[in-house]
Amino acid sequence: MAITATKGQTGLTGNSAVAYAMKQVNPDVCAAYPITPSTQIVEDFSGYVADGEVTTELITVESEHSAMSACIGAAAAGARVMTATSSQGLALMWEMLYIASGMRLPIVLANVNRALSAPINIHCDHSDSMGARDSGWVQLYSETVQEAYDNVFMALRIAEHKDVLLPAMVCLDGFITSHAIENISLLDDQEVRQFIGSYSAKASLLDIEGAPTFGAMTLPDTYIEFKRQQSEAMTRAKDAAIEVMKDFGKRFGREYGLFETYRLEDAEAAIVVLNSAAGTTKVAVDALRKEGKKVGLLRPRLFRPFPWQEIAEALKGAKAVAVLDRADSMNAFGGPVFSEVRSALYDLDSRPRVMNRIYGLGGRDYKVKDAVEVFNEALKAAETGRVDTLVKYITL
Amino acid sequence: MSTIAEKKEKVSVPFDYNKYLRPNKLPHIWCPGCGHGIVLKALLRAIDRAGLEKDNICMVSGIGCSSRTPGYVDFNTLHTLHGRAMAFATGVKLAKPELKVIVITGDGDALAIGGNHFIHACRRNIDMTVLVMTNSTYGMTGGQYSPTTPLDAIATTSRYGNIEPPFDACEMARASGATFVARGTAYHTIELERTIHDALVHKGTSIVDVIDACPTYFGRANKYKSATHMMELIEKDGTVNVKQAEKLPPEKLEGKVLRGVLHKVERPEYCEQYENLIMQKAAAKK
Repeated sequence: MAITATKGQTGLTGNSAVAYAMKQVNPDVCAAYPITPSTQIVEDFSGYVADGEVTTELITVESEHSAMSACIGAAAAGARVMTATSSQGLALMWEMLYIASGMRLPIVLANVNRALSAPINIHCDHSDSMGARDSGWVQLYSETVQEAYDNVFMALRIAEHKDVLLPAMVCLDGFITSHAIENISLLDDQEVRQFIGSYSAKASLLDIEGAPTFGAMTLPDTYIEFKRQQSEAMTRAKDAAIEVMKDFGKRFGREYGLFETYRLEDAEAAIVVLNSAAGTTKVAVDALRKEGKKVGLLRPRLFRPFPWQEIAEALKGAKAVAVLDRADSMNAFGGPVFSEVRSALYDLDSRPRVMNRIYGLGGRDYKVKDAVEVFNEALKAAETGRVDTLVKYITL
Repeated sequence: MSTIAEKKEKVSVPFDYNKYLRPNKLPHIWCPGCGHGIVLKALLRAIDRAGLEKDNICMVSGIGCSSRTPGYVDFNTLHTLHGRAMAFATGVKLAKPELKVIVITGDGDALAIGGNHFIHACRRNIDMTVLVMTNSTYGMTGGQYSPTTPLDAIATTSRYGNIEPPFDACEMARASGATFVARGTAYHTIELERTIHDALVHKGTSIVDVIDACPTYFGRANKYKSATHMMELIEKDGTVNVKQAEKLPPEKLEGKVLRGVLHKVERPEYCEQYENLIMQKAAAKK
């Protein structure tokens, strides 16, 4: 059943909000396969297709492998393409994620973060999108339903930006954000159209004159140049993201940056955390600030490309930083966000102490008290200049 | 002459399902009206009748409603990835050919995302029994149409009716090389037990397509009055036993799906062939 939402404040789940954003984008093609907890996105969207509210060709294929393959085929033919998945679905798309980015096809995918098997679990953690972090996709993370909705449009603009042309992934937390109804403000279809503009592929299989080729064999004489171009495009994606987010804020009044900071300016101890856990952490920040403790938060929004200089600059005043990861890299040296943040801080003249806490795997609750405990540990490290345990599982 | 009491005792001894179950994992997750529980019971009785030892059974499943079955049974169980059950099961069987490998899967799992593994297991004729619980629906994710959804049927992804022609799992299994192909329904529970038993004792890839309606999604979307109504229309009235079918005129068979053992041939089994080849080569070396 399609959600009938109008401009102004309305209550939507994260999935319905993403589906509504897709409806407003009205992509040419959407190929998808159902998987919990992202299913509702395509389910709602199929309602829009059935009701003739979009002109999208919806292809319900037989697996995620086929879904991303069909998306790539359509994008190579010059279509604006979107899809959604989660967890094992993203894992089954793995091979194709690299094809999409290598062919420089600006596909937009909503990934509803869910833990990877085994053991089977359908609840939230970030092991799916973190595993795909080196696949050449731009990654935007979302704390709330509103942000997930807004990120869809921004992801599309960044992906299709003439200096970028890379696929982009919008990540939101499974169940916590995907299934929770929040009050959100929707844009007018007209506003969306003006913001995203029309799409004309730089190269298209349907261009008979130009007759381009995609994915052709490149041997050691050319492959590395392709990869270098791709890497440079990813570097440029940061500036494109800044430009797109600024434009979004100017048009619609909701300001977004590469990351969000919360009471970080004079903080001695900071938590760095993605997505919905930031909301919980903000409550802990407020509570500890009331006790006179100088704590703050940094929530990365753009994780690929990773804005390392800006993040180092924002954290340089802190004496201790606790990076929270909802995924483990299984490298015995902490989670993926930790590795990036710690590496970003390396070039500072005076570095904060850094620690890593792995939390909430497989949907385990992360509560205000957990954030408070982490802050207390970080405050102790700030005071003593020593980190007792570098990497530790919490919320056990 | 046995007394009435003894006779009563003889016919009414209830089958001890608990012997094969993990009672602490129950209740199951299946919806009221779903036939998966009936199929599981038929399977357990068939296992009992075949005299299989539960420690010698390995049950493998993928993802979906039917694939939750291994959680409830007290065998060696392996719950794997969507579509991959038969590939995992192939690994199990090759490593431990002495195990009785049973795959529990659904139509979406076996025929869509895992279609490739399905045809290749059949082609190899590797010894395993595969129960495809066909409910023409992706039940776990909200009622999307599946590769066995009939034409024109309504699903959450086919609001105006399905335009994709469905697979016949049995035809596909037979064409792919399976040496035992049968069909049952959750409605014909005694017959189903017999069919599964025959599949279990067959050497080679045995496929049992079990028609097992989903009242929650398929039923509601396609305006069936109730789960029983659905069972009667689809499973009882919509099917006919292959032996009865031989006696019926063609007009009576129109639109009916055949039940029972549809195909049974003997062909060398994969693990045995593998073993034979090794022994031959080893003997030639000596």
